[in-house]
Amino acid sequence: MTGLLPIDVGQIQLVGEAIRHTSPRDILERGVAHIPEDRQRHGLLLSFPIHDNMMLCTYYQPPFAKGVSLQQKTIFDNAEALVKQYDVRTPNIYVNASTLSGGNQQKVIVAREFSRPIHLLIASQPTRGLDVGSIEYIHTQIIKKRNEGVGVLLVSSELDEILALSDRIAVMYKGRIMDIVDANKVNKEYLGLLMAGIHPSETPKAKSSAAEKVF
Amino acid sequence: MTDKNKLKSKTPEGIGGGSLRDAIRVPALAVLTGLIIGAFAIIISGANVFTAYGALFVGSFGDPVRFFTGFQQLFSTGETAGLLKAIYPFTESLVTATPYIFAGLSVALGFRCGLFNIGAEGQFFIGALCSAFVGYSLIGLPAYIHLPLALLGGAAGGALWGIIPGYLKAKFGAHEVVNTIMMNWIAFKLSDWLLNGPMKASGFRPVTPTVELSAQLPRFFPDPIRLNWGLILAFVVAYALYWFLFKTTLGFEIRSVGANPDAAKYAGMSIVKNLVLVMAMAGGLAGLAGSAQVLGVDHWVGQGFSAGYGFDAIALALLGKSHPFGVVLSALLFGFLRSGATRMQSMAGIPIDIISIIQGMVIVFIAAPEIIRWLYRIKNIKAEETVLTRGWGK
Repeated sequence: MTGLLPIDVGQIQLVGEAIRHTSPRDILERGVAHIPEDRQRHGLLLSFPIHDNMMLCTYYQPPFAKGVSLQQKTIFDNAEALVKQYDVRTPNIYVNASTLSGGNQQKVIVAREFSRPIHLLIASQPTRGLDVGSIEYIHTQIIKKRNEGVGVLLVSSELDEILALSDRIAVMYKGRIMDIVDANKVNKEYLGLLMAGIHPSETPKAKSSAAEKVF
Repeated sequence: MTDKNKLKSKTPEGIGGGSLRDAIRVPALAVLTGLIIGAFAIIISGANVFTAYGALFVGSFGDPVRFFTGFQQLFSTGETAGLLKAIYPFTESLVTATPYIFAGLSVALGFRCGLFNIGAEGQFFIGALCSAFVGYSLIGLPAYIHLPLALLGGAAGGALWGIIPGYLKAKFGAHEVVNTIMMNWIAFKLSDWLLNGPMKASGFRPVTPTVELSAQLPRFFPDPIRLNWGLILAFVVAYALYWFLFKTTLGFEIRSVGANPDAAKYAGMSIVKNLVLVMAMAGGLAGLAGSAQVLGVDHWVGQGFSAGYGFDAIALALLGKSHPFGVVLSALLFGFLRSGATRMQSMAGIPIDIISIIQGMVIVFIAAPEIIRWLYRIKNIKAEETVLTRGWGK
């Protein structure tokens, strides 16, 4: 869905429009934001300054560029504003992204992705390895986007996070979606069974034999 | 975020964070250490270090005494011969540095995109041949058409030589180190054939005909000074490359692909487009090096024309941290060293290979900067490391 891998079978519909053969840039321009699972590998240019990372996805569009020429002042102003708005802890916007802590690196990515108009947010393991404060912050931002009407696809292995943030939950097992359930109708045990490949709605007899198959 | 943050000025681009002083520190010390080791080599060979390095200095910059007598001669008799002879070493150093600048920019551009352009040598030769061809085969054109055409011909030839391995890398993951080396060999053999056959001037030597006057880069001073507009062109191209890499969207893409192809892909950049573009441009720059050498200095092409410029350029680009301005400085250094070394050989009897030793040591220190840091007790500042190889295949 992020365009990083080609579609094998089927198609994607975004705001009513079907997408098949497409690229990350095309998907980006259609209003999709992607917070990648591996923030250092996919989400940032660690050896580049923060201000460059803040416009990583939109560098070629006005106002960041006039034709091929980069507009330095706009880039700096944008970075200053975003750093202030999202409270990224850094001495200034000119240091490399590698100097930031994990939480602040993620804030840079979130700031960047949220700074353009989007229909869909795909957030993959957005709070992995972060401190409590940063986790709180990212969660608040995601809910804020949801409240603005943006569709949010949260991919996570943290059950607490999923239960806290989601309206609906889809559980995958061995490449299949086991079920899509309402978040307020399930608990961790239910989800755990789905994650192990067992559908809890089966009869107790079937459940135990299925459990034996698993073990 | 307090106001004090605004006081910190932005760091110079392209040196991976940190101040200019930090960025220059290791390369400067590498050169110094290289010179010290060269001194040891001179001692071992039984010569006097002061005579040797003195000859090197005089060979690169010129003899101060000759300047003085040259001016005297000019004022008393109006004769310029003495003064010209006095500035000859200095101008020759600049002449030697000119192709180094272009070739260094070529390799540096490649490094910025994570590509190792070992093909600068072959691209240089092909560019020289193309320029020479345009230069000697078109007669009667005015200079303002002929010269740019000849330069363009050289750049185009080099670009073609670069785009082939570039395309193979982008589409098939074929490593550019292997392919550029192979392209070098094709260039050498092709030029052997051309210089002994279709492009051969009348006579016995395997050289091209001399290029027309209208295609030659004008010189600044009368004979024997060979300093020509090629140097100015080199400076202009270096600045243009700086602007391209650091002030344009394309340059940003190229640097991103070089720094982190995964993030570049995530950001929507086309890896294929950038790899091909960079190899074409790098080939063009190396081709321009050959052009400048033919059109400005020799005015014909012979066998062995590329004479190691492309390979030296690799050391240059590393020393200059793949930054256009760093490359210019390194190229000037290498040019002065090479030019002075010939003098050192004739005056002090030191073999010119001493320079190769010094250059080799500099490369070692740049490739393994830990040695310098350990020697001089410098703390490691996390800076952009040059990507020399990404492994094989995709």
